[in-house]
Formats: sequence, C-alpha cells, structure tokens
Amino acid sequence: MSAVIEGKGGFRTWLNKRLPVDQFVADQLTGYYAPKNFNIWYFFGSLALLMFVMQIVTGIFVTMHFKPGETTAWNSVQYMVREVPYMWLIQPMHAVGASFFFIVVYLHMARAFLYGSYKAPRELLWVIGMLIYLALMAEAFMGYVLPFGNMSYWGAQVIINIFGTIPVIGPDLVDWIRGDYGIGDATLNRFFSLHVIALPFIIALLVMLHLVALRQVGSNNPDGIEIKEKLGADGKPADGIPFHPYYTLKDIVGVGIFLTLFAIVVFFVPTFGGLFMEPPNFEPANPTSTPEHIAPVWYFTPYYAILRAIPDQRIGALLMALAVVAFLFLPWLDRAKNKSMRYRGIASKLLLATFFVSFLVLMWLGLKPADPLYVTLARICTALYFAFFLLLPFVSKADGNGPVPERVTYHAH
Amino acid sequence: MPTKFASVAAAFALLLGAGAVSANEGGHAGWQRKADNEAGNLPSLQRGARNFMAYCSGCHSLRFMRYSRLAEDLKIPEDQRDQFLVPAGKKYIDYIETSMPAADATEWFGKAPPDLSLVARSRGSDWLFNFLTTFYADPASRQTGVNNLQLPGTAMPHVLASVQGVQNAVWRNEEHAGPEGKPVATRVFDKFESGVVGSLTPAEYDEFVRDTVNFLQYVGDPTQLEREGLGIWVVLFLLMFTGIAYMLKKEYWKDVR
Repeated sequence: MSAVIEGKGGFRTWLNKRLPVDQFVADQLTGYYAPKNFNIWYFFGSLALLMFVMQIVTGIFVTMHFKPGETTAWNSVQYMVREVPYMWLIQPMHAVGASFFFIVVYLHMARAFLYGSYKAPRELLWVIGMLIYLALMAEAFMGYVLPFGNMSYWGAQVIINIFGTIPVIGPDLVDWIRGDYGIGDATLNRFFSLHVIALPFIIALLVMLHLVALRQVGSNNPDGIEIKEKLGADGKPADGIPFHPYYTLKDIVGVGIFLTLFAIVVFFVPTFGGLFMEPPNFEPANPTSTPEHIAPVWYFTPYYAILRAIPDQRIGALLMALAVVAFLFLPWLDRAKNKSMRYRGIASKLLLATFFVSFLVLMWLGLKPADPLYVTLARICTALYFAFFLLLPFVSKADGNGPVPERVTYHAH
Repeated sequence: MPTKFASVAAAFALLLGAGAVSANEGGHAGWQRKADNEAGNLPSLQRGARNFMAYCSGCHSLRFMRYSRLAEDLKIPEDQRDQFLVPAGKKYIDYIETSMPAADATEWFGKAPPDLSLVARSRGSDWLFNFLTTFYADPASRQTGVNNLQLPGTAMPHVLASVQGVQNAVWRNEEHAGPEGKPVATRVFDKFESGVVGSLTPAEYDEFVRDTVNFLQYVGDPTQLEREGLGIWVVLFLLMFTGIAYMLKKEYWKDVR
C-alpha cells in the first residue's frame, strides 16, 4: 500500500509522510470490502453513528446554556428554549434525538438477531455493541433526569431505588449514587458530569472498538455466509464491494430518509403524543406531588414492565437486570451452524418472532398503569422473553443446520 | 427486497404509531370535549391574552414569558402594550409575574396558584378547556362553593363566574354488580343545568375559554408556528437531498451485478 504515498510531491505527499491519510482511507473505506447484498436493515449502523454525532453536537449547545442544580436546572432549560436564539430547535433535537437514537439502536440489534450477526467470529463485536447499549442506557437515563421536570424526579426516584433492593449494600449504594439522602443538587451535578464527560467518552471509545472489531471480522450479511471464503480472481471477496463509494453513497440515502422522519417529528410533533417528552416533565420536579402514574421513557419500558410484573421487588429487579445481561450471552446460546434466519427452520423463526413480539408488548405495557390485566399480560410476556434465551440453545441446535447457498443472494437493480 | 423494506417500514410505523395511540385516550363522559383551538389564529390569541390579563394574571404568573415577547408575537402595538398589557409598576421587558405574595396565596387558597407558563404542555389544551368549562355549584365545597369535573376538589374558585354564571350539575345513579352480586350504586354525572346566569351565553363562553386556552397553548410553546414554518422548508430540502442522493447511488450501483 506504499504506492499511495509515492507521488510527484506536493502537499498530499508531504501530509501522507506525516499522517497516513490515504492509507487510512484505503484500509477503512475503499479497500474495505462489504457484502453486496445488504438490505434495509443495514442502514442502522451508520444511522446510530449519525445519532451519536448529533447528540454530541446538539449537546454541546445545550450544555452552554444549562445550569445543573435543583433550583436552576428547570429554569435554565425553559430560559434557553425561549430566549436563546435557535435553542427552541436545538434543545428539542437533543431530547427527541435520544428517542431516535434508541429506535435506531433497537433496529440495529434486531438485525443481528435476524441474521445471526453475533455468531462467531463476531462475538466480541456483539459484546462491544451490547456494552455501548448499556452505556447508552445510563447516558439516556441521566440526561432525562437533568432538566429536572417532575417525571425526571420521580423516574430517577424509581430507578435509583431499584439499586436499594440489592442485599446488604443496597441502601448505602443508593445514598452513594445520589450523593445525598434525596435527589437534589449533589445528584444533578454528578449526573451532569457523567452525562457530558464520562459516558460520552466511554461511548466514543466503545464505538471505536466496535468499528475496529467490525473491520477485523468483516460485516455479516442477510445470508449469513462469509464472503471472505469465496475470493474472486483479483483476490478480493467475489461477493464484496468496496465500502466507498458503494455503501457510503447508499448510507447517505438512508441518512436522507432518516433525517426527513426526524425533522418531521422535531418540527411538527416534538413530544410525539407524550412518548418522546412526557407531559409531567413540563412541570418542575416536585417531591410532594407524584405524577398520576410513573413511567420511564419508552425505550426503558420493556424492562420496567418486567420489574413490575414480579410481586417480589428484589426478584423483579434481578430479572430486570438479567433481561439486559442475557443479550451478552447470545453468541454462545445460539448453537446453530447457520447464522441467518433465512436458513433456519420454522421453530427458530417462531421463537424469534415470539421474542420480538413479547419485547414490543412489554414496551407497551411499561407505559401503562399496572392494572391486574396488564400485569398478567406482562407476566406472560416476561416468561416468553426469558423462554427465548432458555430454548435458544436447543432450538438453534436442532433446526439451524440446513444447506446454505455458496454465494450471497443478490439481484442487480 | 420490497418485502424486507415493508417489514422494516412496518416496524418503524409500529414504533411511531404507539405515540399516536397513547395520545388518543380518554374522552368517556359527556362533559369532556376537545378544545378545538386554532394555533395560528391571531385575533383569538389576542383575545386570549386579554382574557388572561383580565381574569387570570391576578393570581397566576407566566414567569417565563415577557410582556415584550407576548406583544411582539401577538402583534400588539407598543402603545397598546404599555396601556393595556403592562400593569403599573412593571416594565415591558419584565416577566409576567403576579404581584400576589405566594405566602398569602397559600393561606388564602390552601396552595399557591401555579405558574401557567407550561400548563398547556403538562395538562394539554383539552384538559384546560374542560377545566374552565366544568365548574359547578357544590355546597359541599365550603371553601369556594364550587367544584370541578376535570379536577374534583380544586382549590381554585370559579373566577369566571361573572361571565359563565354558575351552572348546576345533574347526577344520576348507575348500578353495577358489586362484590357478592349485590348491586352498588355510584353517582354519575348526567348533564349541566343553568343556574346563576353570567354575562355570556354558553356558546360565547366556550369561545371565551377557547381563546384563553389557545393563548395558554401559545405561551407553553411560543415558537410552535415559527418551528412549523421552518419545518416545511427543512423537510422539503431533505426530500430533495434524498432524491439526489438516491439518483447518485443508483448511478454508481449500476456496476454491481
């Protein structure tokens, strides 16, 4: 690859002798071969990166005007959206952006389920991705508390108190997290610090590792077969195409469609019927007035529904944690030979469909009050949710071994 | 490929659709109506501002809204602003804050009247419309003599009694099968009857409340119209951008077989 640096001289040569720009582009973009049969599910990786950048950029401006602290946080948010030019746009972009980030991340994860993208040799890629998801949940939770609306306050109360159910250290741990005996100045200031410095750094680092690991093992594809095993005459994967320009251009189309949807929500329905911004959060935090029913934002509600489904709070909290942690073990629970659902039996497909449905129903239930009927439904869905992880080793072993095509399925448009 | 697209589009629509569903709840009893206010209606907003200043601002603040911003957005000329909007002792640049001391208010009403800057966003316009239209005479309420269907036991007196009058609520008993099969009767709201007559007819009063709610919705989200105006252009630009990006992608992908 030294050819790229040998030129006639000039700035480009000067630069590349000191900073391997051309080398980097050649390795990461023009020389990185991705399968040519990506479908719509493959847009969400680059869109997740876009959302991360957007949250950082809008966050920089929100941070300029935000004042952490129990008496200042709420007022500073109201002040910025009303009196600072264009913050009426940037602040809602940041708030709505959190929801869109999670939409993208959930679809990105669903893709991995569909095509077995977590299976060997991509186990670490998946685990790093799950760590990003965990960090993102912490980031989103703290970001939700910062404006210190009434749902911020009560949501934080509920979530922090979950840690209190841990035996022995629970109560002290809760005080340690809050930095006080209640949610107030100390809590908001440390959440602010973690939200704008620690977690974004951790997420950025993990995203970098995620991309490095992806370049190492190469992208999976809807057929779940390794393109590196079928090389063309030029020594490149026969079913691969250079990431740039093909997928950079394709991803830009995805970005266009995605940003259009994002703009429609931000400009016309920023609260999204109370789903992206909950009505009680338009009241300042009030420890003496509990919202009619406390529900976290929609992207946490599947786990919240699991927590509420269990009568014993401690077991509920344990199951909730397990529901998240279970994802980490997916590469080893899935024992099928084939990666993609396309080449697995009907049992695997039904099992996965049941899991997707139970996750979505739990998401919906977590937004609802805990009526007896809803709790019963939540228990059924919780059982189905965990049944997926428990049955997967057996089902995948049994019906995930059929024949797969030699080459990827691709029809030129 | 089209089926894949359909499945992802369906997943997206499902996520987005959940919002629409959760926004569409309630609306059971006959007294619950839609506010049907028109956000861009300037005369309505101006009347609403007048109503608020006349009847609400004595007790309620809009502590994130300045007189100047209000006048500018609602196209109220400066001389009228200073004459009608800004009370004596306040400057036009001040926030719209009540001069009622919070401690006194707590003593008088049991709780201080809340700031209304964001009430239309936390409660919703329909809630406000129903709150302001469903005060009724209730001798059991010794503090104020009235009660409210939207917010039973509200500490707020019927401030608008002079315009609406005071209506009476008619109740009926409804029987349900209670525990052990015994019928249990519950009191259910049936309809309103006119009691003390106010200065406005019921239809005029609805308009009066609609304007006031419209105004409060504006105060809760003062950039709504500006945002939507810009939004159209942003969305049009993005659609055009997407179209061009798609053509470019198509051109390049011709080589892929």
